[in-house]
Amino acid sequence: MTMRFLGDTAVLTGRSLRHITRSLDTIFTTTITPIAMMLLFVYVLGGAIRTGSDSYVTYLLPGILLITIASGIAYTSFRLFMDMKSGIFERLRSMPIARSSVLWAHVLTSLVANLLSVVVVVLVALLIGFRSSAGLPAWLAVTGILLLFTLALTWLAVIPGLSAKSIDGASAFSYPLIFLPVISSAFVPTDTMPGPVRAFAEHQPVTSIVNAIRALLTQQPVGTDIWIALAWCVGILVVTFGLAMNVYRRKIT
Amino acid sequence: MTTQQVPAIQVRGLEKSYEDLRVLRGVDFEVARGSVFALLGSNGAGKTTTMRILATLLKADAGTAAVNGFDVATHPANVRESLSLTGQFAAVDEILSGRENLVLVARLRHLDRPGEIADELLERFSLTDAAARKVSTYSGGMRRRLDIAMSLVGDPPVIFLDEPTTGLDPQGRIEVWQAVRQLADQGTTVLLTTQYLDEAEHLADRIAILHEGRIIVNGTLAELKRLLPPARIERVEKQPTLEDVFLSLVGR
Ligand SMILES: Nc1ncnc2c1ncn2[C@@H]1O[C@H](COP(=O)(O)OP(=O)(O)O)[C@@H](O)[C@H]1O
Ligand SMILES: [Mg+2]
Repeated sequence: MTMRFLGDTAVLTGRSLRHITRSLDTIFTTTITPIAMMLLFVYVLGGAIRTGSDSYVTYLLPGILLITIASGIAYTSFRLFMDMKSGIFERLRSMPIARSSVLWAHVLTSLVANLLSVVVVVLVALLIGFRSSAGLPAWLAVTGILLLFTLALTWLAVIPGLSAKSIDGASAFSYPLIFLPVISSAFVPTDTMPGPVRAFAEHQPVTSIVNAIRALLTQQPVGTDIWIALAWCVGILVVTFGLAMNVYRRKIT
Repeated sequence: MTTQQVPAIQVRGLEKSYEDLRVLRGVDFEVARGSVFALLGSNGAGKTTTMRILATLLKADAGTAAVNGFDVATHPANVRESLSLTGQFAAVDEILSGRENLVLVARLRHLDRPGEIADELLERFSLTDAAARKVSTYSGGMRRRLDIAMSLVGDPPVIFLDEPTTGLDPQGRIEVWQAVRQLADQGTTVLLTTQYLDEAEHLADRIAILHEGRIIVNGTLAELKRLLPPARIERVEKQPTLEDVFLSLVGR
């Protein structure tokens, strides 16, 4: 049964990866907004922002990467919705394949697609002056956090993908996610914000994740941020995975 | 289990409601192994609902159904091994090529040599020339043929075709009819639904009419034609069509 699950998931992941390689424009569409924001903040607003670090683009990059992922996961909803609408989903359901392979294939594809988008954004950041002296372990830790964050949000994206009535409904949920980083430490230090806003900013998941990645990239001590960040990611993952599987189970019975 | 003696499909007292709407109110029929059975009914009669229950995609409220001797409620995995469903709307992957679609299904059915199986089916459904093209460039008839070809991967003993020709132009329709006849010739059991009486007339060994939640008649074409009220004396020799039978039975 496990072998069959792995085999079926691999076959279906191969299928949706082909969708990605045949429409690479989705990768560019995903990265265009974060790149535009990065350029805007670095070249227009950045001069007026005091972050206490030498390079604003280095300060900014972690938040931009999270925005990239938050907009990238909308494609998982989109692809899942299209499978439901086109009847592929029904066809797969009436075939003797491991039942959750269909979802896992979309989730694994999302990890690959978002990793690609993140690489594109990092390359652009390097072009405009981002530098990091972080070694391999720190980069691996950053990649791990980003993958975990992608995984958590992808399972969230599965829910509207399975239950939306229209294509717009399937991707609309991601808009608020893209703005969450704005009220966090992603663009400016939180200590410049007024009381209630600051309280929100300091206690929402994005801030701890941004701080942890920033510390890793600038070789600062990560402190407790990394544990808070991991706790948020795992917590969100457990909840979204549980909800998505629940919706899926109701859909297939 | 000896599955050779039992009918390919057995349906008894099947009931299904969507909230207040009682779609199936006790549907009974059997489909003999190797035959083509047409479920005829107007739009909304419950044909798709019946097929979805048989394909384990939907649970019945009451009654039993078995495919290839396996109960759909208690042995869904065996049922899924035994049948292939071609839904009312072509379920093909538009972004992949025709060949890739077939290879995908062959891999998911855990068959050896998926490439060879794909090439064979492409040939059989006259899709070899279009094999490498993205499905989004296919015509309606080609898409439907690919859809049916995908259902045939692995030679399942029972095939369901839900309104296989709805929305096709006459040429596409003829192509699909040929495909169904080929299936019948090689001994596959085919359950098809249709709103077109002539389609049932052309393809099916037996025809059942689903009306107001029940099977109101079930027989061969000749038997159905005999059900026509005899009071009909015409000077011009005219064979009653299935349409006449249908209209007289549903009382319109
Ligand atoms: N998921 C559903 N929820 C509510 N009503 C449905 C659903 N699916 C089908 N129906 C209704 O059930 C009736 C039978 O539908 P269906 O089985 O699709 O008929 P057919 O395939 O014969 O056209 C129709 O009136 C249809 O509107
Ligand atoms: Mg229907």
